[in-house]
Amino acid sequence: MNDMTNKWIGQRTIRPDGAEKVTGRAAYAADTTMPGMIWGKVLRSPHAHAVIRSIDTAKAEALPGVKAVVTRADIVDFPLDKPVMLGIQDMRWMSRNVMAREKALFHGHPVAAVAATSESIAAEALRLIEVEYEVLPHVIEIDDALRPDAPILHDFLRFEGKPSNIAGKLEHKLGNIEAGFAEADVVIERSFTTRPVHQGYIEPHACLVSVAADGKTTIWSSSQGQFMVRAMTALLTGLPQSDIRAIPAEIGGGFGGKTIIYLEPLATLLSKKSGRPVKMVMSREEVMRASGPTSGSKSTVKIGATRDGRLVAAQGTFWLQAGALPGSPIRGAAGCGFAPYTIPNVVATGFDVVSNRSKVAAYRAPGAPIGAYAVECVIDEVAEALGMDPLELRLKNAARQGTKAAHGPVYPRIGFMETIEAAQAHPHYNTPLGEAPAGRLRGRGVASGFWFNAGGESSAQVNITEDGNVVVTTGHPDIGGSRASIANITAELLGIDYKRVSVLIGDTATIGYSNLTGGSRVLFASAMVVTQSAEKVITSLKERAAKIWKIDPEAVAWENGEARPVSENAGRFPPLSLAELAARATETGGPIGAGVQLNTTGAEGGFATHLCDVEVDVDLGIVRVLRYTSFQDVGRAVHPSYVEGQMQGGAAQGIGWALNEEYIYDRQGRVENAGFLDYRMPVCSDLPMLDAVMIEVPNPKHPQGVRGVGEVPLVPPLAAVANAVHDALGKRFYALPMSPPRVLERLEG
Amino acid sequence: MTDIRYLAPGTLDEAVGAYAAAAGAARILAGGTDLLVQMRAGVVRPGLIVDIKKIAEMTTIEETPEGGFRIGAAVSGARLAEHPRFGKVWPGVLEGINLIGSKQVQGRASPGGNLCNASPAGDSVPAMIAAGAVVTIQGPNGRRQMPVEAVPAGPGRTNLAPGEILVSFTLPPQPAGTGDAYLRMIPRTEMDIAVVGCGACITLEDGVVTQARIGLGAVAPTPLLVGPAAAALIGSRLEEAALAAAAAACSAACRPIDDKRGTIAYRTKVAGVLLRRCVAIAADRAGRA
Ligand SMILES: Cc1cc2nc3c(=O)[nH]c(=O)nc-3n(C[C@H](O)[C@H](O)[C@H](O)COP(=O)(O)OP(=O)(O)OC[C@H]3O[C@@H](n4cnc5c(N)ncnc54)[C@H](O)[C@@H]3O)c2cc1C
Repeated sequence: MNDMTNKWIGQRTIRPDGAEKVTGRAAYAADTTMPGMIWGKVLRSPHAHAVIRSIDTAKAEALPGVKAVVTRADIVDFPLDKPVMLGIQDMRWMSRNVMAREKALFHGHPVAAVAATSESIAAEALRLIEVEYEVLPHVIEIDDALRPDAPILHDFLRFEGKPSNIAGKLEHKLGNIEAGFAEADVVIERSFTTRPVHQGYIEPHACLVSVAADGKTTIWSSSQGQFMVRAMTALLTGLPQSDIRAIPAEIGGGFGGKTIIYLEPLATLLSKKSGRPVKMVMSREEVMRASGPTSGSKSTVKIGATRDGRLVAAQGTFWLQAGALPGSPIRGAAGCGFAPYTIPNVVATGFDVVSNRSKVAAYRAPGAPIGAYAVECVIDEVAEALGMDPLELRLKNAARQGTKAAHGPVYPRIGFMETIEAAQAHPHYNTPLGEAPAGRLRGRGVASGFWFNAGGESSAQVNITEDGNVVVTTGHPDIGGSRASIANITAELLGIDYKRVSVLIGDTATIGYSNLTGGSRVLFASAMVVTQSAEKVITSLKERAAKIWKIDPEAVAWENGEARPVSENAGRFPPLSLAELAARATETGGPIGAGVQLNTTGAEGGFATHLCDVEVDVDLGIVRVLRYTSFQDVGRAVHPSYVEGQMQGGAAQGIGWALNEEYIYDRQGRVENAGFLDYRMPVCSDLPMLDAVMIEVPNPKHPQGVRGVGEVPLVPPLAAVANAVHDALGKRFYALPMSPPRVLERLEG
Repeated sequence: MTDIRYLAPGTLDEAVGAYAAAAGAARILAGGTDLLVQMRAGVVRPGLIVDIKKIAEMTTIEETPEGGFRIGAAVSGARLAEHPRFGKVWPGVLEGINLIGSKQVQGRASPGGNLCNASPAGDSVPAMIAAGAVVTIQGPNGRRQMPVEAVPAGPGRTNLAPGEILVSFTLPPQPAGTGDAYLRMIPRTEMDIAVVGCGACITLEDGVVTQARIGLGAVAPTPLLVGPAAAALIGSRLEEAALAAAAAACSAACRPIDDKRGTIAYRTKVAGVLLRRCVAIAADRAGRA
């Protein structure tokens, strides 16, 4: 069931959440209130690295209006000797991230939390908490953290037998790297750095938690996974999961940053102690200082090619900042960088490095943009050295069906080559850059990228209402258009108008376990469970029609939203519509509905190729993007507007990462630009229209051909912009961001 | 958790009286686009807020009999943009004021607030300096005037005495053949803060510069009037040598800091680049004036 004759799949239907959002009615976590509600606030470490000798909360507790105070003593601790994994998160680290334990590990690390009858009393109470610190030397940058005499963050971490800030290592190997380089005519090796960047979601973290006298707990919060919220809160507070109901609020952006929790366990403990519902909302400054950005990095990439343009060997080493606790996305950096190419000999190594910064959280294709930046810039240099067109070199070496990737898989049918060919044929690539005004230079760059994508657990329930309409419930917060896409799919399967389908996101008590919204998995996985549920509903509908007609269910077909008798019975009875069958549900066997719960598999990787034109003001060092086009294998664009939106959003974020975004630290290890004024994400006027060319090579392992589309778009832009800047200036940059002072310095140097 | 009192007097005398009586615990509120942000961030906690937007003299724009302009300190950027003549005479000053924030911010933000907030990067200030604006101040001891560049004392500090309120800006009448301009360098295109700002006002007679004033922002603790840059231009026909000398004078005047917004080297270089670009626009306008 997937072709271009589809009626609803592939339509730009009106988004179901649109009217609520544009009229301001959509309920975000911070909009939720309850009778008797009080306010929680977090006391944060003023030091980047310090032993917490003591915490005295007596004065704060004595302040009128203060209802509860929590400290490290209240959070469940986990023994350090063995991992406590929840998905990819280790709860040993999560516990220490939501509340500092022996040491404060970054400026902004939570040290205590209070709840009081007003926000100002809560703020006053924070000032009354007395914390005795023993300040330690701190370390922020990777090179400093790796020095032999570096301050060690965790004495329980060992690397190669010695105390170290290296928390982990990962290696992918394929073929024989030495033999590969020996075969090469051209070998290019370069080192790169990138700065930590924040996801930049507009909605700060927020929650409201109510713990009733019997311990039954309700959490309203902004997250990418209500089941993740429930599980992590249960683990960190000691409550059983069955006592917690986590209700997902409408979400104002996450981009990966809301795949972990910060406030929920604190609010739960405060509510439990005070007996009152507790609301907590981070300020933008808290978001920037203490929620996870993605890693800063340094990497070295070496690629060898033969004279005729075959990539024969590739080696990459990627060091990523994890922040204060282990867990940087080295898998994405080391796994994705070389994944778009057929290279027989590969070694890709990642190192997870801790330092005194906020713990990183996922950010769209975690790690992959960092890996691709280094790899795609070196490939550009290889093309230059070979005198080859950079797209031609990529096409010649493009991964295809049967390619064995260094990170493991052998690819099934993929559409990477199609993205390159589409770029080559596109007017963008064939239109000259045109003459720049005086004092400016123009250039064009290309880059490609890969992201794993993911399957995993999803649940769905499809119910037919008594009046013959449809309510679909799934378990994933919608951050990328999943409700609209599921409505399209359900309407297609049932053969009804999509307006008759309502799609809801269930809470942890109303829908089965569903893994979080991340890894570009949601439409892939939820379409599978919705499809199977809808198929069960159709089977039931056919059985009911057969019962009414007293014929064999095999002799009933479901077409265009109605049951029809077929084969020898064809034409003997008038068709029965969904509404008619719904009306007769009670007599034909009761309510009509079906649910399916699955651990989905078959989410194959996604590929993209991006083209970027820039213009550089050579006297001010300002780089402006003039034109940008993304080409992506999107599998099947169930709702094209949303797919394009994902492609545009990723490109915009990548351009920001390449040009201006960075965390800036002062000497004391404090973030100096904890706000949108000085943390410079692009604004609309900074960008041209970002063109998106969707290429549909259906995923053979999915009923609708869906591939994840949400993360690949952030993988190529860093290198696409860097390669364009090189084309404009004739000079290469090996560090991001290419902000005006750095560009000018390089031009003058 | 102190209570905040709010007053919106209708006369300047009342405002000065209440403001002076509160002795340091009070803040003047014009558009509030700095003050309210600072209060929310906990940077300032005033006990009294004196809103000056109900005082006629502070919210009106008038042309003086000599052909200059008097702008009330609390006039919003949007109001100034709507004035039928102001932007034709002082396009550079208007550009500076209109660059502040977004449409929403423009409905509130005032030149008085921009100057008294005393950010080295305030966008209206370099153009006001270049225009030769003079401010009128009223306090417990009466009225006085000073050139606009004398108001800022350092980041967040002014030379206003306790209890003094900035009342208005007076822009002088322009000789024929005068043009002004303001340019700022920001990494983005909007919603950003000047890394360097440059205002220029040039008078040309038969292609020769007869008067020039140059203001620079964000390159020192206060916005600067750069006399040597003007001197390099006066008497010239804006030949390369004169422009190079003026640009060098601007770079030499910079006493910037290295911070999250730009490096010393960058700001110093860019001051000269903006001087050239800004003078070119001002001279073009002067030629057409
Ligand atoms: C989103 C946003 C974007 C911004 N962008 C820019 C920008 O691009 N460029 C820029 O320069 N600024 C920018 N600003 C800062 C601000 O808008 C300007 O400085 C504005 O001109 C302040 O004017 P106001 O009338 O709102 O001042 P207010 O906030 O009312 O006052 C500012 C300060 O001056 C004092 N004050 C005000 N009027 C008087 C007076 N008459 N006498 C004595 N003291 C007085 C106040 O007590 C206060 O300390 C931005 C602000 C925001 C919120």
